[in-house]
This record gives sequence, C-alpha cells and structure tokens, in this order.
Amino acid sequence: MTDPNTTLSPLELGSHDKTYLDANELVINMGPQHPATHGVLRVILRLDGEKVLGLECVIGYLHRGVEKIGEHRTYTMFNPYVDRMDYVAAVSNGLGYCETVEKLLNVEAPPRAQHVRVILTELNRIASHQLWLGTHALDIGAITPLFYTFRDREEILKIYEKYCGARLTTHAFRIGGLQYETYTGFEKEVTNFLTFFRPKIDEYEELLTTNRIWVERTKNVGKISAQDCIALGVSGPVLRASGVKWDLRKAQPYANYKNFDFEIPIGQNGDTYDRYLVRMAEMRQSVRIIQQAVDALPEGPIMAKVPKVMKPAAGEVYHSIEAPKGELGYFIVSDGSTQPYRLRVRPPSFANLQALDAMCRGQLVADVIAVIGTLDIVLGEVDR
Amino acid sequence: MIARLKGNYGSGIEALTYAGQNYMLVDRSLIPEILQVLRNEEQFDYCVDITAVHYPAREKQFDVVWVLYSHPRNERVRVKTQILDGATLPSSVPIWPGANWLEREVFDMFGIKFEGHPDMKRILLPEGWKGHPLRKDYGILQQDNEWVQINLGIESGQ
Repeated sequence: MTDPNTTLSPLELGSHDKTYLDANELVINMGPQHPATHGVLRVILRLDGEKVLGLECVIGYLHRGVEKIGEHRTYTMFNPYVDRMDYVAAVSNGLGYCETVEKLLNVEAPPRAQHVRVILTELNRIASHQLWLGTHALDIGAITPLFYTFRDREEILKIYEKYCGARLTTHAFRIGGLQYETYTGFEKEVTNFLTFFRPKIDEYEELLTTNRIWVERTKNVGKISAQDCIALGVSGPVLRASGVKWDLRKAQPYANYKNFDFEIPIGQNGDTYDRYLVRMAEMRQSVRIIQQAVDALPEGPIMAKVPKVMKPAAGEVYHSIEAPKGELGYFIVSDGSTQPYRLRVRPPSFANLQALDAMCRGQLVADVIAVIGTLDIVLGEVDR
Repeated sequence: MIARLKGNYGSGIEALTYAGQNYMLVDRSLIPEILQVLRNEEQFDYCVDITAVHYPAREKQFDVVWVLYSHPRNERVRVKTQILDGATLPSSVPIWPGANWLEREVFDMFGIKFEGHPDMKRILLPEGWKGHPLRKDYGILQQDNEWVQINLGIESGQ
C-alpha cells in the first residue's frame, strides 16, 4: 500500500492548478486591433501556458460621448444618433429611444405604426443574429456560414432601403410613430422574405449543429450559470442560454408584443453551443412574430399627435426593450425644456462583456475567441 | 414593500411615482442598508444600471440612481440619493458583482468615488485624462488638450 503523504497521486500530477517546468505566468495583450474582437476591444490575458487564469477588458476606444451629445440636442435631433450605438441593430435602438420619449410625453404610437415597428424590429433581430452567426463561425474557423448569412441579410437590408432609404443606420422611427407610410408591396415583400428565409435557417443549422468541429469548439466552452448571469447583470440570449426564461417582450411587454404568439427559447448548460442554439431558435420565433404582424397589419394613421417642439414635463423615465443583445435601457431626465437634462443609455453589450472574465477562466486561449464571439458584443454600444 | 421599508426607516425614504414608474428618494446615510435589504429581503437580484445626474446649482450637486429589477417579482424600482460634490458612496459590488463597471463609469463621467470598489479607475476615458465629461460644467467641445498633445502628438482633437 502506498502512503498518500509521500506519493503523488496521478490526479495531482495531471492537475491544472500547478505550474510545471518553471513556467511562469504570462501576461499577453490581445487587441485593440484584432479581427476576432469585433471592433476595438483590448483584452489583457493572464496565462499559464495555454490556460487562462484571468483577463481584463480595456474598453473606450470607440467612445464618442453619445450621452453628452444627447444633452445638447433636442429630442428629435438626437434620434438618429442612437443608430450609431449598436450599428448592426439600429432599428432596435431607435425603438427604445422613441418609446422612452413617448413615455415622457405621455403619447402612444397608433396601432399601425406599432405593427410596422414590430415587423422592422424583428427583421433587425434576424439581421443582427445573422451577422453574429457569420462572424462567430468565422472566428472559430468555419468560413461558409459567413457567406450564407450575409447573402440572406442582404434581403432584409433591401427592405429597409426601400422603406426608408438607408440600410444600416436607418432612423426608421420617429417619436410618436413613423414618418413614412410603408411602400406599395411592403407586406408582400416581407412575406416573400419569410418564405425565402425559413429553409435558410435549416441550411445554417445543417452546416453547424451536428458538425463535429463546431460541437467540440463550442460545447462546454465559456460556461456560465444562471445565478452568475443574474449577479453580473447579463441579459438577452446569453442569460436565456443559461436557463432563465426571461425576455422583456414577455416579462414587461412594450410596443404591442402582447398581441403576438411566440415562445422564449432557452438552453440548459449555459455554454457556447447552447447560446448558438438559443439564437437560432430566436430567429425562428422572430419569423413567427413577423408573419403574425404582417397578416394583421391594421389600417390607420401612422403618427400620433405630438407637438412640433417637444417639451416633455419635468420628470424622469427609465424604459428598456429586448434588443437582439439583451436589455437596452434609456434613462431620461427632463427639466421641461426642449433638450433632455440627462440622457443615459444602458447598453446590453456593456453588461454582457463584463462576464467575459468569469466565462474564460480555466479555458484555453483559443476559447477566448469563441467566448467573445458568443457574447455578441458591438463595441459601438459598449463605448457609446 | 415601500410601506415596510418606511416602517423600518421612517422619514429617510420618500416614495415617488412618475409615468407609472416607482422610485424612492433615500437619505445618503441609509443607502448601504437599503441596497442590502432590497437585494436580500426584497429579492432585487439584478442591478440593471447605476448612473448619476449633475445639478450644479444645488448644494447637494449629484443625484445617484440605481435601477434595480427583481427576477422573482418581475418588478422594477429606482433608488435615488443626493450627495455633495466630493462625497463618496459605498460600493455595491459585494451586493451585485455586475455593479463593478457601472460604478467605474459613474466615476469616469462624474468623478464620484465608490468606497470599497475593487478597482476604482476610469473605464471609457484614458487613464491620465483630466476632467469628468458628464458634469454640467464640462463643455461639449472641451477636451484635455495636454493629454491629446502628449499622447496623440496633435495640436487638438477638434
């Protein structure tokens, strides 16, 4: 019998907590100019060999002082600026901002405007998830999904271009409703897109869901528990993949989401693979919502009665929506003048990025890339 | 909930509603306890946002606002307190780890320090920058010229 005090057990020899061969901790820098950081994000990694012991994010490279600008513009003038935060989901940003100011003004957009808003916002969710899928898969080494998703995303951008003349920073909504009536054939084109897009989701899934390389690179990578997610303020698909059935469209319905029938997809393991599955399922749910909204598109006015010069009564409002990346909140303090006294944006990517450290500890360097991709951050929104 | 809190803490809490949203004005001295109670007894487990508002004309120049949400109750509440320029607040990182970056941003933009924060430094602006841009006395075109000249090698960023 061996004495446990004098012999190292095989488990201990293989333990990852020890540093062998006199290798010291290594601190290396990743970014800010790095193709896999999806913008200008700098990550300082503390490594033991290939293993990540901890990391620190350095952000702010894209800081443009959006909140300060908001305090120096009228409510209407600031509207296009919000598109420049999460520039791949500009329509969602606009919806959140317009609804917050509407709350301050105590007006509500008419039903037709609400329906069009839901259609465009859900199309934007699909476009945002497509961009995420393409770039995330590219980071991990699969090139084909990028071509597929960008090919299909183009169809959504064409609808935007026809509706308001812009493809990315759309400025699609106005405070109180919409500026433009839908173009002739809008419903038909959206329906055609849905018919075109449904089999495309299967196509994406065929490439990845059971692909052995994909599964091995994503399963059990960047795991985070539901409790940790909530404690760190994580929201959106990342939170749902950890098993929390929480979506603001259901929990605190805004716009007219309560009229539509849809599910909230959730995952169980909170790993990169589950986050992938959740976002794929969300695209399918968005298709469902858009179909219902197009089928029941009511006639009527598209603009509520709002004054030309907006002077909301003094007060403060916090309103948030479920953007493609999570909870996007606006906190506006009005002093009764034409400009917001204080305009605060609570971006989902900012809070989600904070979880990167917790998700990467104990993983390999290559997994950091996978985890940054799975968080679906947009640095324009993190830095504002 | 408000009634219960009021019963325990008396006049230090003022409950207000605007546009159907609840918020409370809490005395600075009660802040550490109230945040703790909201997290542990009232189940506000998600710290959505921490921010501040600057009122230069007031004696207590800053409003600091915590936006909280409770997953079990599906309810939101905002906690607001007023502090003097230069005064500090207790960090809520031990209560909500997610408050870490939010408090750093408040420090960066307003210069309000949080005591007990694990890493109280700027987050969006570069480390040696002078001034806190979201204060009302900081002009919209203002910048730290010295920093720009030394670090970027240009006369001005404008």
